[in-house]
Amino acid sequence: MPRYRRLLAVLMMFIAVPGGVALAQAVGAPRPWEMNMQPAFGPLKEQQIALHNLILVIITLITLFVGVLLVWVMWRYHATRNQAPTRTAHNTVLEIAWTVIPVLILVVMAIPSFRLVYYEDRTRDADLTIKVTGHQWYWEYTYPDNNNIDFTSYMIPDDQLKPGQRRLLEVDNELVVPVGKNIRVLQTSTDVIHSWFIPALGVQRYAIPGRTIETWFRADKAGTIYGQCNQICGTNHSHMPIVVRAVPGQEFNAWLVEAKTKFSDAGQQTREIAAAEVRH
Amino acid sequence: MSATTQDHAHDHHDHKPGFFVRWLCSTNHKDIGTLYLTFAIIGGVVGGILSEIMRAQLNVPGNTIVTSGQEWNTIVTSHGLLMIFFSVMPATFGGFGNWFVPLMIGAPDMAFPRLNNISFWLLPPAFLLIITGLFLGESGTGWTLYPPLANITYEPGIGMDCTLFALHLAGISSLLGAINFITTIFNMRAPGMTLHKMPLFVWGELITAFLLLLAIPVLAGAITMLICDRNFGTAFFDPAGGGDPVLFQHLFWFFGHPEVYIMIVPGFGIVSHVISTFSRKPIFGYLGMAYAMVAIGVIGFVVWAHHMFVSGIDVDTRAYFMAATMVIAVPTGIKIFSWIATMWGGSIELKTPMLFAIGFIFLFTVGGVTGIVLANAGIDQIVHNTYYVVAHFHYVLSLAAVFTIFAGFYYWIGKMSGHQYPEFWGKVHFWLTFIGANLTFFPQHFLGLSGMPRRYPDYPDAFTGWNFVSSLGAYLGGIALLVFFYVLYRTFTSKEHVADNYWGEGATTLEWTVSSPPPFHTYAELPRIR
Repeated sequence: MPRYRRLLAVLMMFIAVPGGVALAQAVGAPRPWEMNMQPAFGPLKEQQIALHNLILVIITLITLFVGVLLVWVMWRYHATRNQAPTRTAHNTVLEIAWTVIPVLILVVMAIPSFRLVYYEDRTRDADLTIKVTGHQWYWEYTYPDNNNIDFTSYMIPDDQLKPGQRRLLEVDNELVVPVGKNIRVLQTSTDVIHSWFIPALGVQRYAIPGRTIETWFRADKAGTIYGQCNQICGTNHSHMPIVVRAVPGQEFNAWLVEAKTKFSDAGQQTREIAAAEVRH
Repeated sequence: MSATTQDHAHDHHDHKPGFFVRWLCSTNHKDIGTLYLTFAIIGGVVGGILSEIMRAQLNVPGNTIVTSGQEWNTIVTSHGLLMIFFSVMPATFGGFGNWFVPLMIGAPDMAFPRLNNISFWLLPPAFLLIITGLFLGESGTGWTLYPPLANITYEPGIGMDCTLFALHLAGISSLLGAINFITTIFNMRAPGMTLHKMPLFVWGELITAFLLLLAIPVLAGAITMLICDRNFGTAFFDPAGGGDPVLFQHLFWFFGHPEVYIMIVPGFGIVSHVISTFSRKPIFGYLGMAYAMVAIGVIGFVVWAHHMFVSGIDVDTRAYFMAATMVIAVPTGIKIFSWIATMWGGSIELKTPMLFAIGFIFLFTVGGVTGIVLANAGIDQIVHNTYYVVAHFHYVLSLAAVFTIFAGFYYWIGKMSGHQYPEFWGKVHFWLTFIGANLTFFPQHFLGLSGMPRRYPDYPDAFTGWNFVSSLGAYLGGIALLVFFYVLYRTFTSKEHVADNYWGEGATTLEWTVSSPPPFHTYAELPRIR
């Protein structure tokens, strides 16, 4: 029964959300009935959306072309309209055409694709490095450039959510990054493979034990951006979301000062207790 | 003495052994084909029940039909493995392959009938092992089995070992089957049937057999190493001992990518025959069709790491695998357009098998073009492991491959059983399946683009809408399956017997020259091909 009440609440939300657009801060999160990619918060996602939109047009046209051809032949050459089938089994020009034209279409798609792959790979001049470590079932963030500030990020369970918070998406400690800076991400894991996946930033890499994998992202506007673990990692795979808070440079510096005290030894202790709770 | 032998030989033409010997010790390709098809239905039903459980769980957020993440992960794993190894493969390769490869090439039976028997009988124990893993709830790794999650530290139960061992058995079964098909097709074609006169379904099975022959041993190696890591203290995939989890991914996908073609290539053959039969035209561009399948098979072996674009492989490697993957679109396009050209100028009858074949062409196109999106390493960075991937591979497998199986079923059931299916109910089955499957999987593209990760038993509330639609589709698909059982019931209780070639002049391959159902032993005298 509570299930249906929740469904009702969610359906209400769908009606309410378009009305209440005046949100205080930009949010990068999935939206009800979304049919395309989440809007971009940074250059990676902008370029992914641009390329995806190009390819989407091409593949839609191809699918429609095939669909229309199928419907046409089914109608035109239906036994009621065409009693005498031809014996045509070859047409060299046609066969060359449907080999060469797809090749050309692929070339059109391939050029921007290659550009994007290399652009996404890594940033040459990182303004900030962040180390992301996957654990069963939480994330750990380290700032090697800033006194090795290190903290864990756990999902807030359903029963502790405050009103307006997003179920399965909120965490206790967000990753805080400055707006407009190129951020190098180094990823690893201490147990199984996880995947650090943030749709609105266009970034995703596996966190693999025994390896450090590098990637990068940049948030071009301030806001709260949500992501989730995206590689099956055990029973709480759906319970280790990611929240990135992108803030202006000054606010980031203030946060650093605060974080240094907050995530000191005392922080370390709380973290261990929390970890012990998860392990039971 | 000599008289008795004479009499015995005379009887032998259609002498069927008793139930036990006929079905449990069978060496007859048609009986083994029937066993495989029955088994595929059982595997598909169990896998399908798991689908319905999963879609019911995902119907609304915060649902509790499945009680824990571990249980959910085990269901996900079992669903994948059952559908691949115990439903689609037994249907297209073991089932239709056994039934129709010998009939189509004019061979009296398979080259190694006893090997054929063991190929089948390895599957039921493998199936039971998968079910053991499922009920123990101890194989929650996904069908991809990635370590370290599959290592004993994180998946300590014996259920995981059962699942791994099941794959070994299923792998040996497929490997023996592949050896049997290759030998049969190379050595036992009727006089005059050159490779270039061979029916396309046989081409499909031959190519599939080669894919199995080359891919399965790699899986077997990976699984063996994993079993050793779990039970005997080795560290092939454990970084703490100098091993590498990414190595497993390479080995798995070297098998895993050809595996998807193993599931679809026999279907290409079935669809070609169905389209040609119901258009009353020969297949357009026969050689192009055959060699497009060969090309797909060959390229299929050099694209595996497109499943690993976010595993931290080098950017140049990503660029290569992206390019290689996109190339597959070319032979695939040749096939799609050749099928349409076969229909062009034909005299088309829209019987149930033809509906499934045309449905296949369209759905395979949809699944194919989303494959192009996923092949882009740049875009894949943001859709990898999301529902976009789930939608894509269900379009090419759950829809396209399964549609080829149903096309084959409706095309050949009269030949196999001697009774025709009820046309009306066949069409009802088609439309329910077509609508249900599209309703299930099309919205999943939206979920994926929006960023919903796969293998989640629960999701943020924003994903509710499309998940709800998707679940409705799944229920409709379930109803379609019930209609299929009604079709089976009507077919097998029908009193009507069909002629040798009940599809008429469009059906030109050799199986239409024998009676329906064919005698226990066919081709006592080999047919001659002009």
